[in-house]
Amino acid sequence: MVHGEAWTVKELFVYPNEYIYWTIQIVMYPFMTGLVAGAFVLSSLYHVFGVKQLKEIARFSLVFSFALLPVAMMPLLLHLQFPLRGIEVMLTPHFTSAIAAFGIVFTSYGMIVASELWFVYRRYFVETALDLRKATQRGVTQQARYLLYSLLTLGAWDIGEHALEKDERAVKMLAGLGIPVACFLHGYAGFIFGSVKANALWMTPLMPVIFICSAVVSGIALCIITYIATMELRTLRARKRQQRPESGADTEMQSNEIQVVTMTSRYLLMFLVLAITLELLDLIFRGYTAVKSWDILRSVIYGKDFVNIFVIQYGLGNLLPFILLLLPRLTIRRTVAGTLLVLLGVFMMRWNVVIGGQAFSSSFAGFMHYHLPIWPESLETFKEGLAGALLVAATPFVLFWGLCKILPVFPVDESR
Amino acid sequence: MISRRSFCKKSILILGGIAVPLAALELFDPKKLAADRSGPSTVRWVFLVDTHKCVGCGFCVKACKIENEIPYDANVSRTWVERYVVTRDGKVHIDSPKAARDGFTSTSIDQGALGMLKIENSDIDKAFFVPKLCNQCDNPPCVQVCPVGATYQTSDGVVLVDRSWCIGCGYCVMACPYGVRFFHPVYHAAEKCNFCYHRISKGMKPVCVEACPFGARRIGNIRDPNDPVTRIIMTERVNVLKEEYGTKPQVFYVGLTREVK
Repeated sequence: MVHGEAWTVKELFVYPNEYIYWTIQIVMYPFMTGLVAGAFVLSSLYHVFGVKQLKEIARFSLVFSFALLPVAMMPLLLHLQFPLRGIEVMLTPHFTSAIAAFGIVFTSYGMIVASELWFVYRRYFVETALDLRKATQRGVTQQARYLLYSLLTLGAWDIGEHALEKDERAVKMLAGLGIPVACFLHGYAGFIFGSVKANALWMTPLMPVIFICSAVVSGIALCIITYIATMELRTLRARKRQQRPESGADTEMQSNEIQVVTMTSRYLLMFLVLAITLELLDLIFRGYTAVKSWDILRSVIYGKDFVNIFVIQYGLGNLLPFILLLLPRLTIRRTVAGTLLVLLGVFMMRWNVVIGGQAFSSSFAGFMHYHLPIWPESLETFKEGLAGALLVAATPFVLFWGLCKILPVFPVDESR
Repeated sequence: MISRRSFCKKSILILGGIAVPLAALELFDPKKLAADRSGPSTVRWVFLVDTHKCVGCGFCVKACKIENEIPYDANVSRTWVERYVVTRDGKVHIDSPKAARDGFTSTSIDQGALGMLKIENSDIDKAFFVPKLCNQCDNPPCVQVCPVGATYQTSDGVVLVDRSWCIGCGYCVMACPYGVRFFHPVYHAAEKCNFCYHRISKGMKPVCVEACPFGARRIGNIRDPNDPVTRIIMTERVNVLKEEYGTKPQVFYVGLTREVK
């Protein structure tokens, strides 16, 4: 069986070599990259633009962005026919290819986020290491933690006022630098599609911009939902610890949570409006200009993919959460529903671009349908099926959990 | 306070340190990784397809599969033949069952998942066959998008794939407007027609040209004015596929009609 045959169904005349070659992993790739970029932009809103209300979520989203980072290239590696040669993109890039920029942009972005995290957490590293140094008898874990935090300080032990001010300035600078790089990271993912002139659905200069806007939307939505989940867990733990059904500490925590969530949701709505406007503009423009490919595009957009595009993406994924988040007196429950729907909408946007773009043949005379492999019968159907996608989706949460053990996203005490 | 001696010592060390990665950059100069097209070449391979002569026997497809080791039963092929049936109501029915490897053995049109479509002879306005293969474009999008340079163009215009260098991302497959690319079922690298480069570079003809009993496929050198194929391309009304993409295809067709896409 040739690559792609396991999940492609052809209808009418499709060129013999045409199959759905870019599958769920290529849907996951811009989705995960978008989350990275969006989470970073959210953290930068505080660090660069000084949106004080987002202070609480800024550090959270920065760490989350770092946890998401390695996952951005995971779908690509799972998709490649020769994953072990994937590194060649970085080592011997062929610069006329949009993908060749991946190594440079991805590494630069990774270094920026890592450096920013270091400056944000340097004080914590030093204080923890000093605390552990004071302890006269250290167990194996404590010794390991001491060594780790001492290493993480990178020899910069000065936490005087002057040094911390310098750290803050560095954070601001890196966050500022990170915004264009994050946008570029995701914009070029859009460029990969937008520059494929052979594909009538992808071929639009608006593609990178649409991708950036929806990236910010999805990143913010994921940060909100993870923030809520983490806060709820913390509240639960606080209650357990105090053995009381309600306490002053967790009520305060909850009111703080809703304040952060409401504020962040406003930014989410702002970017959501921008993303939808651009997408609709693209759709209207295509219909208005109606070039040669419009006939087949129309049959895909308004026919074959109608449910995916208009019902799930625009209806469930955009309009419904827009109403849910816009209505006054926002509650946590409503935010959870709204943000989950937003994530669904952005995922479906990626799906409709990637899979929808391959739904019609280059012959303009036939169609192809993608049947997502649910049960992994072979390595190929595992990698390019539901199991592979779930693996990619779950990884950042595991990484985030691990990172939180080293970099606490919530202040340990007020002085820190 | 830094001494002059120490300053000079450290400066030399730093400069030396910088020079090492600069030397490494030289090694990875992408221009050197791409095949050098700048050299003078007296050859530019082009292909000529005469649709008036093609009868859809599929000998070319069969020969190509055997010559180029594309598994015979795999549903991919370096070249294929399309059948066009235009009915009286103006509808165009196209198919290429198994890439026409065995020719067109049934008068019904293969519609994939929609099954076979029987068309009465009396309903047919016109019917013809169109062979397709890689266009060896002058501005090949597959070469442009390959992130590692595994797809490259030789100085005589043929686009080749280095199987040992391909990472299997599928970007080239997506970038080709002619749908000629696929993944080799055995080697898993991106695959396509290369005008039988292993043959033409030794003075032989591509195997599909050899196999065609009717002379519907011909290869020539556009830089040789006396080449019979060049003379036809220069003097007769020929056409190329999907010119609007700006790929500058180098497979020319005689008798191409508006139904062919």
